Amino acid sequence: MSLWRYLAQTMTDTRLRPDQAGWLIASAAISLAPHVEHLPPALATICSLLLAWRGVIAAGRGRLPHRFVLLSLGTVVVGLVLLEYRHLFGKDPGITFLAGLLSLKLLETNSRRDGRVVLLLCFFMQTGQFLYQQGMLIAALALLGTTTAIGSLLALEGPPLAPRVRLAAAARLALQGIPLMLVLFVLFPRVQGPLWGLPADAYNRVSGLSDNMTPGDVARLSESSEIAFRASFAGELPPPSERYWRGPVLSLFDGHSWRAGRNDMALRPSYAPQGVAYPYTLTLEAHNQRWLLALDFPGDAAGLRYGTDFQLMSTEPVRSRIRLLLVSYPHTPVGLNATPRELREAMVLPAGSNPRTQALGAHIRQEARDAGDILQRVITDFRRRSLSYTLDPQPLGRDDADNFLFDTKQGFCEHFASAFVITMRAAGIPARVVTGYQGGEINPVDGTLVIRQSDAHAWAEVWLAGQGWKRIDPTAASAPRRIDGGLAAALPDDGHLPLLARSDLAWLRTLRNQLDALDNRWNQWVLGYNPARQKALLSGIGVTDADWQTITALMGGACAVVMALLTAWALRHRNAADALDRNWSMFCKRLAAVGLPRATWEGPQDYASRIAGLRPDLADTVNHIATEYAHLRYGRAGIGPAAFQRLQHVIKNFHPR
Amino acid sequence: MPHQIANRLAEATCRVILGKEHAVRLALACVLARGHLLIEDIPGVGKTTLAHVLARVLGLQFQRIQFTSDMLPADIVGVSVFDQREGAFRFHPGPVFSQLVLADEINRATPKAQSALLEAMEERQISAEGRTWPLPEPFFVIATQNPAEQIGTFPLPESQLDRFLMRISMGYPDPVAERALLAGEDRRDMLARLQPELQADELAGLFAAVRQVHAAPRLLDYVQALLAHSRQGSGFAIGLSPRAGLALLAAARAWALLAGRDHVQPEDVQAVLPAVAGHRLRAADDAPLMPDQLARRLIEAVPLPG
Repeated sequence: MSLWRYLAQTMTDTRLRPDQAGWLIASAAISLAPHVEHLPPALATICSLLLAWRGVIAAGRGRLPHRFVLLSLGTVVVGLVLLEYRHLFGKDPGITFLAGLLSLKLLETNSRRDGRVVLLLCFFMQTGQFLYQQGMLIAALALLGTTTAIGSLLALEGPPLAPRVRLAAAARLALQGIPLMLVLFVLFPRVQGPLWGLPADAYNRVSGLSDNMTPGDVARLSESSEIAFRASFAGELPPPSERYWRGPVLSLFDGHSWRAGRNDMALRPSYAPQGVAYPYTLTLEAHNQRWLLALDFPGDAAGLRYGTDFQLMSTEPVRSRIRLLLVSYPHTPVGLNATPRELREAMVLPAGSNPRTQALGAHIRQEARDAGDILQRVITDFRRRSLSYTLDPQPLGRDDADNFLFDTKQGFCEHFASAFVITMRAAGIPARVVTGYQGGEINPVDGTLVIRQSDAHAWAEVWLAGQGWKRIDPTAASAPRRIDGGLAAALPDDGHLPLLARSDLAWLRTLRNQLDALDNRWNQWVLGYNPARQKALLSGIGVTDADWQTITALMGGACAVVMALLTAWALRHRNAADALDRNWSMFCKRLAAVGLPRATWEGPQDYASRIAGLRPDLADTVNHIATEYAHLRYGRAGIGPAAFQRLQHVIKNFHPR
Repeated sequence: MPHQIANRLAEATCRVILGKEHAVRLALACVLARGHLLIEDIPGVGKTTLAHVLARVLGLQFQRIQFTSDMLPADIVGVSVFDQREGAFRFHPGPVFSQLVLADEINRATPKAQSALLEAMEERQISAEGRTWPLPEPFFVIATQNPAEQIGTFPLPESQLDRFLMRISMGYPDPVAERALLAGEDRRDMLARLQPELQADELAGLFAAVRQVHAAPRLLDYVQALLAHSRQGSGFAIGLSPRAGLALLAAARAWALLAGRDHVQPEDVQAVLPAVAGHRLRAADDAPLMPDQLARRLIEAVPLPG
């Protein structure tokens, strides 16, 4: 047969059945579904329309589009990708482009060969979704996608079967892959850093604090219930009033917004930790900044940096979730030897901004005896103003602090902090705004303290001679429950609140807690499985100081062992049906060797009677074997072990010449 | 034993229809599988006699309808006549109300008349005057047609051919059988003397026995492989329908019962395949293949599973 005829025949012979097309479409849909979130809406729509179109064709209506149509659609996809991203390279354009190509490929797929290409693309898209998210749900979805794609591969090669049967077979195959998956997961040499993230993407779309603050910023953050970090304390938890997690310290004020001042890094803290110690593990979500949000004030820890404003910093931005073992000493006096420059910076007020607040500060200064008295008087004054705490304050205009203190009297923590610091500065006391998180919620399921973006907070710090920097939380003065009971407790009942912060939805909170605890496990054990953990695990089984070569060798060995075990298991469990087939084909082979081959389509009984006609000497045995085989193979009783063994014995001793 | 009864039927039929054992057994299998039979052959090879004999040995009520080109549906299903005494129309059942109907030369009637019968075959009831009249139980149609005759005939379309479980042809008898036929006694006399071979209820028992013949998973694999190949293989323009698949299995079960087995083997499927699938398949290249050759092509293209 010429090559051309062979090719022509394979192309016609392997036209897809409707069930095969259905499997391919389902695989593509499941593989594309998680990408919908980050595909440009136009392209997501096009992809789903293309899939639906292919579905209609698979249902027997219409034909596959002409090559020219596909080409124009392909051009549209490329155009859309270019329009959205300006180029075709990199993660987002690449994935988008591939999603379009996968949908298009389905529309020209009408042979098994093309079907395999589609499935390879599906597998690739499933891997691609881990570039965006690595949560448990995504992993479950990927598992489902893999199983469906395996089912499709089976459907491409096998006869049409019920989807349920096919899916069960695919699930069995996937299950058999799990031991191998575990070996690879545990032993694949790890590199430091996130397994999946691409460097360029780590900068995008991460919410959290920033190093400048305009009134309203923190309030916006408080709408998000995303987890910022978790802390699990080895011993007792600090009381709520001491749960201040320090973020950027803002001392530069331009009349409207606050910015971070100068912050020098040191290898050790500038203070001597003292008082009660709280050891804890901090699991920080990626936020692409260097600050680490430690509980005030962290003791000495190796490999970290200490800012002159008492922030704990990392040497590089936190681009993936990290775990830190820390000890904090809330009662440590800090800033006893503050530099004059630092204090000068904490006194600057732009002339003319917030005149009424500045006047208030100047007035209090004239009346007060000393710095401590000024502080007391300002606090008292704030308390007397009956300022109220709200998540959506009225717009404040240019002089935010003036409007807040004298007119609207409604604000969020950053208004309180900002107005307080301005007043203190006007009264001649060095003061600054500190942002960070306050409070947190204990997950009763695993006892960790969970701090969400909605726990973002701003407070103030003033410097008093002899006492150093002291934390003052003006919000606490007006709405003390914010500090003791969290956001929900501080707001009036009619204030709108993030759904998950509401206390009347207890079941929802319980569910969320359960999920959080599960998610935490996943983060710790699956995503957080880093070189250190791998090393610890390996030394647990007696392999100390493993370098990557050792680990690779170990992995290869373990894979071989798993494969050998699986093979042994499969051989043991080859069922009687297979053994019967083996014996029958051995019988046929022996007859073929003496020039009496069985045609592939020939039934046992027909074969036997044909041989009986050609070789009467063999007739009895051959008839006996064929009848017995047909009975076992097709009979009502199935394959009885005793009958099978008798037949096996006869076939073993059958040697035609 | 059901298969002994079935073989008794086959032997009795073969005593009258000489030298046609395979065709007789196929016809019997068709009846046992509760399917309608189409016999296609030139005149005078015993088509009508076969139908007569089957009716006799099975003890079925028999009616013969000779199809002609001027025939009307009412000639088959019956007609409503005005009864003056009762002052109402009364339905007079037509010849189709019989357990075994011989539709002789079915291709000579117009499509309208043909479809009246073919509808009855499918529905097993007659709708007339806004009422439905159930046909007797069991109900079989044995239709004959002459393939050589082309002028003034209306060949059955594929959709209607599909309603016949089997299509068989008789062929000429071999010399030995022909000699016996020539030397033997008059077939009409034999037919008249023929006694039913079945007791009451025995036919229903046979039907049940056929249904209970075991079809192992491996055999169903094989049937599915045959169907799949007829649909995607390059050799066929029209594949076998799911109904054809059911027909194939039912016929193979009846064949297995006739062979005295309680389970179906691939040989049974292969034996009935030309009769069951021959009139439902068409070669892709429209090659003028005999139905048997086409079925053979299908059989030899599909290996036994395992």
